[in-house]
Amino acid sequence: MTTAETQKNGGVGKDLIVYGCLMALAGIQFVIAYQEISASQMFVRMLIVACVEAALALLFFMHLWENRGLKWFVLIFTVAVILGMQYGWTDSFRILDGAPWAK
Amino acid sequence: MSQAEVTMGAHSGLMEEPAFRVPAKKMAMWLFIIADSATFAGCLVAYGFIRNATPDWPRPFHGITNVALMTLILLTSSLTMLFGVRHAQMGDKAKAFRWTLITAVCGIIFAVLHIREWMRMIGEGATLFHNPWGTPLFSSLFFSITGLHLLHVTGGVIALIAVALRYQGGRYGADDLEITGLYWHFVDLVWMFVVPLVYLLNLAH
Repeated sequence: MTTAETQKNGGVGKDLIVYGCLMALAGIQFVIAYQEISASQMFVRMLIVACVEAALALLFFMHLWENRGLKWFVLIFTVAVILGMQYGWTDSFRILDGAPWAK
Repeated sequence: MSQAEVTMGAHSGLMEEPAFRVPAKKMAMWLFIIADSATFAGCLVAYGFIRNATPDWPRPFHGITNVALMTLILLTSSLTMLFGVRHAQMGDKAKAFRWTLITAVCGIIFAVLHIREWMRMIGEGATLFHNPWGTPLFSSLFFSITGLHLLHVTGGVIALIAVALRYQGGRYGADDLEITGLYWHFVDLVWMFVVPLVYLLNLAH
């Protein structure tokens, strides 16, 4: 990336804004941790915030925003792998509740 | 001129463009990051599976000061890394070197705080296979996941120092610094998931 491109893409100002957003989102996670809600609600809320943080870091800190082809390659591959890992969740509920086989 | 350019000579124009117009070294780092994100995702999903399936999961963390400080330092180190790369791209070698070393120092501080957290837990009786709060699975998972992350931070600090020194010596360019920066941002990104899942969800109320 040349100097001109660096300036065009927002430069240090954009980096500082993204950094500020990440700090604020991290703060929100700590606030959620002290809320009087169930563990599952807390998990969902924290995971949503973490995903937004990760998206900001990927797009702006790692410059994925500037490469359209690579952006879709990384997104599709990573999401497919992570979704594949969700296969076992129902079994963890079965171990906890003994359902549906125990009923 | 690289060996490849000498070998290709006049036929270099016939060569295929790199995938996604990304240089090979950078593409290799992206492939490593994708593979490593699958490793961490596997660990965190396994942790979630076991936590969900274990009644009376312990919540041993009483404060967030240390983990908040670690998060602040790691996020700030990502910013200093960006500054280093930007200065390298503008050709300001001295500032690029300085910011990269500041990033490495942030990484060292993070590792020290991390080890301090571990020592506190070990002092309370937690080991890899036992802890005083309940199921031993808790400490197995805690030390495994945070240990894997700490290993990445340590490797990142070594890589940052090595690349910065070679960049300063003229053997590496701004691209090499940018590629190392990608790895460092990834380490930061993983921490964004480790903090809520491993620390904040296990906070004592």
